[in-house]
Amino acid sequence: MKAAVVGATRGMGRAVARLLAERGDTVVLLGRDAAELAISARDLSARGARGIIATGHLDLAEPSAFSAALDQADQASGGLDMLVVTAGDFAAHEALARDAERLRRLLDVNFTATAVLCQLAAERFAARGGGTVCAFSSVAGDRARRSNYLYGASKAGLSAFLDGLGLAYGNRNVRVTCVRPGFVKTGMTAGLPVPPFAGEPDAVARVVLRALDRGAPVVYTPPIWRWVMLPIRHLPRAIMRRIRF
Amino acid sequence: MGLLSLEPISGWGRHPVSRAAIERPETLRLPEGGDPVLPRGLGRSYGDAAIPATPGARVIETTRADRVLDFDAVAGTLTCEAGLSLAEILRVFLPRGWFPPVTPGTKFVTIGGCVACDVHGKNHHRVGSFGNFVERLVVQVADGRLITCGPTRERELFLATVGGMGLTGLITEVTLRLQPVESAWMRVDTEPVSGLDAMMDGLRDAAKDWPYTVGWIDCLAGGASLGRGLLIRGRHATREEAPARPPSEPWRVAVPFDAPEFLLNPVLMRLFNAAYYRVHTSRRARAAVPYQGFFYPLDAVADWNRLYGPRGFFQYQCVLPRSAGAVAVAALLERLGAAGAASFLAVIKDCGPEADAYLSFPLEGTTLALDLPYRGPQTEALVHELNAMVMSARGRVYLAKDAVTRAQDFASMVPRLGEWCRVRDRWDPERRFRSAQSVRVLGDRA
Repeated sequence: MKAAVVGATRGMGRAVARLLAERGDTVVLLGRDAAELAISARDLSARGARGIIATGHLDLAEPSAFSAALDQADQASGGLDMLVVTAGDFAAHEALARDAERLRRLLDVNFTATAVLCQLAAERFAARGGGTVCAFSSVAGDRARRSNYLYGASKAGLSAFLDGLGLAYGNRNVRVTCVRPGFVKTGMTAGLPVPPFAGEPDAVARVVLRALDRGAPVVYTPPIWRWVMLPIRHLPRAIMRRIRF
Repeated sequence: MGLLSLEPISGWGRHPVSRAAIERPETLRLPEGGDPVLPRGLGRSYGDAAIPATPGARVIETTRADRVLDFDAVAGTLTCEAGLSLAEILRVFLPRGWFPPVTPGTKFVTIGGCVACDVHGKNHHRVGSFGNFVERLVVQVADGRLITCGPTRERELFLATVGGMGLTGLITEVTLRLQPVESAWMRVDTEPVSGLDAMMDGLRDAAKDWPYTVGWIDCLAGGASLGRGLLIRGRHATREEAPARPPSEPWRVAVPFDAPEFLLNPVLMRLFNAAYYRVHTSRRARAAVPYQGFFYPLDAVADWNRLYGPRGFFQYQCVLPRSAGAVAVAALLERLGAAGAASFLAVIKDCGPEADAYLSFPLEGTTLALDLPYRGPQTEALVHELNAMVMSARGRVYLAKDAVTRAQDFASMVPRLGEWCRVRDRWDPERRFRSAQSVRVLGDRA
């Protein structure tokens, strides 16, 4: 594969990029911080990556530059056939609830920008015969909860978008995978109380790669979250209102 | 991200237990401000070396900073972030013919931790400790500056940081020379020995021909059998000796809960040791074996530290100078036998010359390591008694294992402590870097 990974310098993106590089795929690391991208690219090369490893500038806050970033990644890789977006924004619910500007930024990154980027990539892949688009949503998007509905809404929107994207482009050979991680121990969640079933980035990455290989439209990771979320998704609203959850 | 929630924290021995605000950054940088902080790797030091000075204080766990920054495939020189583990180095670089130059008995340690403890391994008699292979460190010191140091650059900071238990600064990068090997297999020779003299003679003789040597002592066998055990010698198998395929990664079994303490009673342990001895004396192996079983037998059991029950255990490790002779080693084993408090097995190993690093543990002589299930103040009293014997033999204890040694005892064991303290004064006069261990052993304020 020739994959571009957005968010590959940290957390789950770092782990996904390592697995891709280890199996010989071409990997283009896209992100904001050139120095961090260079360190992560060196990490992949020094670990013995056999495919091309390249970097390019992409800022999820600048959707107008996405096309150019994908052009650059196409050029570096000789034509992408996979886009993986692991980057996302996160903030404590209280901070989002009281700071409208902060909230807007999170919604923009997690939904608007990610959807625009994935749409562009899907169109591009379809035009050249196919490809894979994968983005990291969250179990928080499966059901709104009073304690994190703002972040959850951004991910619910993304999950709905990816679901539709997969339906719309399926017959043009573009496969779409929506990854829904539960709590994963990364820099993003550092300092939060660790709930049961918390996952590690490496294990998440292995699950994601298996899902990409078989073209699964939705993957929960750690996998137990599928069964944790199943009843929660179907809880009557009257109960959701009563429980502190 | 707001305030960090507090987590329980302990060493591998699970005693003592404290609480800490643990950060796990992907890029190693000290937090703003001057609050006390303690670096921690994979938490394999046994005692209180990686526990904060006061409950609730900040700990920087380095394990997410695990990127390889450079690898020179000709010289085998690896530069990495300090949180990279030996396990990952083995996974990535052993298939390419490179092996850690020195490895402790577990691969679940970070490179930063290996430097901070100046770890040693079965090849100490030949190559010395980990610090001998470190070419360069980047250390973020208390005032926030990033200092590059090494054997010829900022040498004092380097010598204080190697073996310095994370108390001179946050190690962010390490440049390390790996050793070339022809295979992932080991040629191993195991020989039963009947007593302590034979064990110590055997270790000395084996040192001439074998890069790796170690002895396992059944420390519950007393009298004429005192020191009875197995002498294990090994070397990396050549390409011709090794099976065509690399060894498969062994399954790890887990210990799902704390074992009940009655399993650790002396009768059962004596039976276990006797059985272990018999099994190994009945088959003297010379075949090529996977490196994992030779270097990391306990890594096959995840969370094996739970086998010692909910109260945890101490690992006691000391080194006695060659001048103390077998008599001093025998006296320690006899004292342990009399207390009936010792573990399944003791590990005995002869060490080569001492390193230049001020607080480095090994010195030329014999090191002994064994587990002591924690049974309250009596176990601590036993450690103090053992320490007294070690001091009178001019030996010392290993801070990476220690949980109870008193400050005055440690000071008398480590003649170069004053030099180390002067360097620490220069880089961290306010003692921003401190641990529960440094409060206990060095008199830092809590």
